[in-house]
Amino acid sequence: MSETYVARSSAIAARKLAGEMMVMNSMDSTFFTLNEVATAIWQAADGRTPLREIVRKNVCEEFDVDPEQAQTDAEQFVAELSTHGILLVADHPLASEAP
Amino acid sequence: MMAAAGKHGCVVEIGGIPVALRTESESFRDLLCQRYSGFLSSSSAEYELDFELTESCGSSDADVRVRREGRQWWIERGDFQAQWDPASGRGWVKQNPNPYSLDSVLRILHSLILATRGGFLLHAASAVCDGRAYLFSGVSGAGKTTITRLAPSGINLLTDEISYVRPGAGGYVAYGTPFAGELAKAGENCTATVSGLFFLEKGPSNRIEEISGTDAVRRLMRNILFFAEDRELVEKLLATACDFVAGVPIRRLTFYPDAGVWETIRTFEGEPAHV
Repeated sequence: MSETYVARSSAIAARKLAGEMMVMNSMDSTFFTLNEVATAIWQAADGRTPLREIVRKNVCEEFDVDPEQAQTDAEQFVAELSTHGILLVADHPLASEAP
Repeated sequence: MMAAAGKHGCVVEIGGIPVALRTESESFRDLLCQRYSGFLSSSSAEYELDFELTESCGSSDADVRVRREGRQWWIERGDFQAQWDPASGRGWVKQNPNPYSLDSVLRILHSLILATRGGFLLHAASAVCDGRAYLFSGVSGAGKTTITRLAPSGINLLTDEISYVRPGAGGYVAYGTPFAGELAKAGENCTATVSGLFFLEKGPSNRIEEISGTDAVRRLMRNILFFAEDRELVEKLLATACDFVAGVPIRRLTFYPDAGVWETIRTFEGEPAHV
């Protein structure tokens, strides 16, 4: 099974407030508020760690979630953010663009 | 400091930032002076814009593009093209003599300047009541113009469309702007510390409700006027929005459109959200 790698885009401004990450794409001003689980994935998206490993270590070990459901939700989450250019997704390791 | 504007020009001071607007055309100069009559200043200009008038009639409905190339900002829309160098404070504008294009250029210029200074332009009406400034934001039709129309005498209208906010010594300060909305009337050239931001909704009665800090930031960011494709400035703007939310009470105001809403506003005392 091939792995999925995720990295934060360099075009993003982000700020954490009250446990939630607010993320804005500077190219088109789309704005997202990430819940705690999504924030954990976002922060771990370094381009080198496979998504499956991020879900295991940063989601399943930290939150009370079903592992299979967590993996499915994570895949949907990264797919949606990638369509807005906020996360970069590939089947090989990526150099994170985030400063 | 730069010299004041020359023969065919004027200095327009909005938000305490004097900008010299210069043109070869006396008739355009007259239009400038008339349109911004409440905001003309004898201060030395911090920034200068030279206007070159063209015959082109491009569409103002086109998307605006604001991008940085090196140290220059390029600002383009169907009806104008402008370049601005923040380091020298100078720029030029090519447009037809349409006052709406002129307003747009000035708004974008101020949005760029404010972003670096911890302020912002907000799609909101604002007014000064009992020495305190209140901002009223919301989607089109939420009631920005309605609430300014309902303001009793003694309330100074800063704008019914675009609010101007900058940090000051005692908190965030709102300034009057000449940028008019449906009222087609420039705001008053006065200023006061911001005591509240209300996101408007019309309803059967007047009610003020708390909203969370993250909801406040999200609503604020959606209503800030900012066009630049620039991560550094967007980062700065997001930090400003969070700071504003931490320092200014922000609420949802459901209101029935009669003058009673101003009594609700006048007696409002609230704390900023915990963030």
